[in-house]
Amino acid sequence: MAESITIEVQRYRPEEQSQPSWQTYEVPFQPEWMVLDALNYIKDNLDGTLSYRWSCRMGVCGSCGMMVNGEPVLTCAAYLKGFTPGPIRVEPLTGFPVIRDLIGDMSDFLEKLSRVSPWIMREEEPPLSKGEHLQTPEQLAEYKGYSMCINCMLCYAACPIYELEPGFIGPAAIALAQRYNLDSRDQGAAERMKTLSDAEGIWACTFVGECSTVCPKNVDPAGAIQRYKLAATVDHFKSMVLPWSER
Amino acid sequence: MVRAVNPDYTPHHPKWYRRRIPIFWWIRKRAYVKFIARELTSPFVAYAAALLLMQVWALARGGAAYARFLAWLQLGPVLIWHGALLIILLFHTVTWLNLAPKAIVLHVRGRRIPDAAVVAGHYAAWLAVSTFLVWLLVRGW
Repeated sequence: MAESITIEVQRYRPEEQSQPSWQTYEVPFQPEWMVLDALNYIKDNLDGTLSYRWSCRMGVCGSCGMMVNGEPVLTCAAYLKGFTPGPIRVEPLTGFPVIRDLIGDMSDFLEKLSRVSPWIMREEEPPLSKGEHLQTPEQLAEYKGYSMCINCMLCYAACPIYELEPGFIGPAAIALAQRYNLDSRDQGAAERMKTLSDAEGIWACTFVGECSTVCPKNVDPAGAIQRYKLAATVDHFKSMVLPWSER
Repeated sequence: MVRAVNPDYTPHHPKWYRRRIPIFWWIRKRAYVKFIARELTSPFVAYAAALLLMQVWALARGGAAYARFLAWLQLGPVLIWHGALLIILLFHTVTWLNLAPKAIVLHVRGRRIPDAAVVAGHYAAWLAVSTFLVWLLVRGW
């Protein structure tokens, strides 16, 4: 078994360079190590200037997403042994402006996320004396899959449309909108439809489908967007045939 | 050690790097190539639909016009071209039908119909329509 493995890391230090460059490191090969462990080894032992995000190390916080050999992955869930004999190329997630080294700027996503109102919206709130909003297991199952999103941005990095059309709201934000639309307690679907049914919303998606493929939580944003398209189309024709009916 | 300096950098101000998207971004990954191939087959679907309309139009113009249209269809180059068209249309249809469960989520008595059943339903409908058309063409008038 190899004693070490080569990691090629994309470096970008804006005070020193206008274009990114590659830097190569040799790290000990440990079969139980993840790519994130190798980066931590570099940071702790070889080069303290390397910058990247990470936190939980257990696939929950969604902060350590990077491109590894051209694929968007959570580096805390990607074994080094999956990339032997190397070298392993680590880059920041595509589609996002790079702030430094492996750190992308997620501001665009956060702004778009707020646009889809990712919270339960109610037209009228019943008094507390009426008790809680009960849900059947079937009603929970309707949206639960979409609620597993950890905002890791792998779906945005896998989506070529997001990079080509920067206005596109994007997979995770639409999946999260759908998470609330399908929640039996929510009454904000019509409000969200105004944002999502325009050219930068669901109709910008050309159904590449890679967002669902790379999702570490099996959220299936591509499915959410296609369901939304179908719902928007049905809604449109309903409003044409029955213009007096409430959508 | 002397460190390089980026003259365009203003201290304490972010300076993002935005990569230029290569024209051939879609050859980077097999899934992207498949997606582009599916998109590029769309005009051929439109051509096939127009061909069907032309056939109906020729039929409406009478027996002689329809015979001329059939003779054109039987020309060697046209046969080769339409053979290739059939492969293109099959690729478009199969890749499209396989995506159907992403958009169509059906429930029966509160239970979600499995994706495989939605795909099977589409293939069954395709087979039924194709069988009917073949029967229509073979039986003659």
